[in-house]
Amino acid sequence: MDTLYNKLLEDVRFQEGSKACINCGTCTAICAAAEFYNYDPRIIVDTVQSRDEEEIETLLKSETIWYCGECMSCKTRCPRGNAPGLVIMALRSLSQELGYFVESEKGRQQLAVKRTVGQWILDYGYCLYLEGVGTSMHPEQGPIWDWKQKNWAKVFERLGANYKGEGVGILRKIPEEALDEIRRIFDVTGGTDRFAKIEKFSKDKASELNLEFGDGLDNEYFSHIYTHNNQNHSRE
Amino acid sequence: MKLEGKEAIWKEYQKEIADDRYFYVRSCVRQNFFPGSETAFLKIMREELGKDVYEHPCHTTCTGIGYHGDIVPIDTMMTVVARQFALMTEAGYQNLAPSCITSFGIYTEVLDTWHHFPEVEARVREYLRKATGREFKIPNNLAHASDLIYKFRKEIAQKAKFKLVDKETGKPLKVVDHIGCHYAKMFPDKGVGGAEYPYVLAGMIEDWGGEVIDYPERRHCCGFGFRQYLVQANRGYSIACSHKKFESMEPYKPDMILTNCPGCPMFLDKWQYAIAEMEGKTYGKDGYGIPVLTYEELAGLVLGYDPWDLGLQVHQVSCEPLLEKMGVKYDPLKKYDDKNGVTLGIPEKPSVMKVH
Repeated sequence: MDTLYNKLLEDVRFQEGSKACINCGTCTAICAAAEFYNYDPRIIVDTVQSRDEEEIETLLKSETIWYCGECMSCKTRCPRGNAPGLVIMALRSLSQELGYFVESEKGRQQLAVKRTVGQWILDYGYCLYLEGVGTSMHPEQGPIWDWKQKNWAKVFERLGANYKGEGVGILRKIPEEALDEIRRIFDVTGGTDRFAKIEKFSKDKASELNLEFGDGLDNEYFSHIYTHNNQNHSRE
Repeated sequence: MKLEGKEAIWKEYQKEIADDRYFYVRSCVRQNFFPGSETAFLKIMREELGKDVYEHPCHTTCTGIGYHGDIVPIDTMMTVVARQFALMTEAGYQNLAPSCITSFGIYTEVLDTWHHFPEVEARVREYLRKATGREFKIPNNLAHASDLIYKFRKEIAQKAKFKLVDKETGKPLKVVDHIGCHYAKMFPDKGVGGAEYPYVLAGMIEDWGGEVIDYPERRHCCGFGFRQYLVQANRGYSIACSHKKFESMEPYKPDMILTNCPGCPMFLDKWQYAIAEMEGKTYGKDGYGIPVLTYEELAGLVLGYDPWDLGLQVHQVSCEPLLEKMGVKYDPLKKYDDKNGVTLGIPEKPSVMKVH
């Protein structure tokens, strides 16, 4: 039967991460996210293994599944060898496949991750490609980052990089044929479809919220999801 | 040989690390934030230790931050990893040495998944064939670049120009180690010392003359949390994790923090600046921060490399207090020079945390 639970079962991470949880709460005790957010991984695993479809759908549309930092400390400590962090990854994947992620403030942020990290992977072959990403987006990077940004190519040359160069080395230009292979891998394995779904569901949500939606990072919807915090997420 | 007693007990905490001929894959985070570290690593491995470390110009990201940021599907990530294996196989290498801890975790996860689900490996092989026409062999040995420096730590100690010893008092410097979560928390038997007794950095510290500081939050995450840092609205999580660690280590007055993950040193460095700006609090002596170093930077200092060749000038927390204690020679006037010795100007100073 095509249930949400069965869809989760198709994900190897769900199979590996959830084998008869005994609800001891050890994962919650060690969890870095549970210390900061109003979050309890024990309850998430309990909800999922109840196989209650209504509860699972609620979870897929909730803020809750987006609080985990995937440090995987839970994997080390679970006495049954489970990993709530892997269950979370399966839930997040399904939430995006079904378009449920846009129903929560934290879930909507997936567009921001896609348009930064996702775009850098496809355009440059790196998860991070930070020339021009300044302290307006990352004020915590401090004045040393402003200096580095101002002198980017020269600083990298000073430190032995091959910035934008041919051949091997730090932040080299990855050859176009290699990037084409990565893009074909995305096409064949569902990566391109995932990105398209994130874009489509986000565009629909922007329209519903009456926020301007455009390409790139300079538009009302992106700015909103990147910075908005309703202040109802943490323990205090 | 039959292992008995303590030797047998500790066997499961040990790790086989290949001796030579490594296929090196770079780290996206380390390249952007600590380029001098990768430069130093290759110099140490090739010139100091005479090892064969090969880099392929066509290798790419493993997609790790995208995967743990949950935008990249697992099959996509596994096929990109399979492509890296194919490049390694084609180049005639069998020992994979990633620079990044997220990558190291990705590789261990992929190999473990294929071990338990051979049908997944078969599917990925088909994906790779279809997308690129490539085939691959699974690596014989997977060791993080910090495993390699750990393996050769005694050789580095023998060549040491400077030690982790206070030149004034002769006492060992106090060093906090911070192991990246994905080094051994997911697959403890893949890390030196496992998740319970991680020794990959402690071994370097001890052999290079320092004293390892144990403190309550030693194993707590730095706070990257992928989407918890990548999205500005979530960064409270990230800084709260680092803050918890600083408060916990502060009473032990560490001289430095040593890291093996490329992200952790960036967070532990930059969040000290942010906490100082937000709360007026600093954790080092006399209003400075606690210097945070990568293992490559520390190995380079021990071997007598110029701190500005290693890239210590791109840290927000000044490393000079550590250099002074170790007796490392440096020219403060060359700190912000380009390759040709021309100054690139002086960065502005933070408003609270003191810097050199």
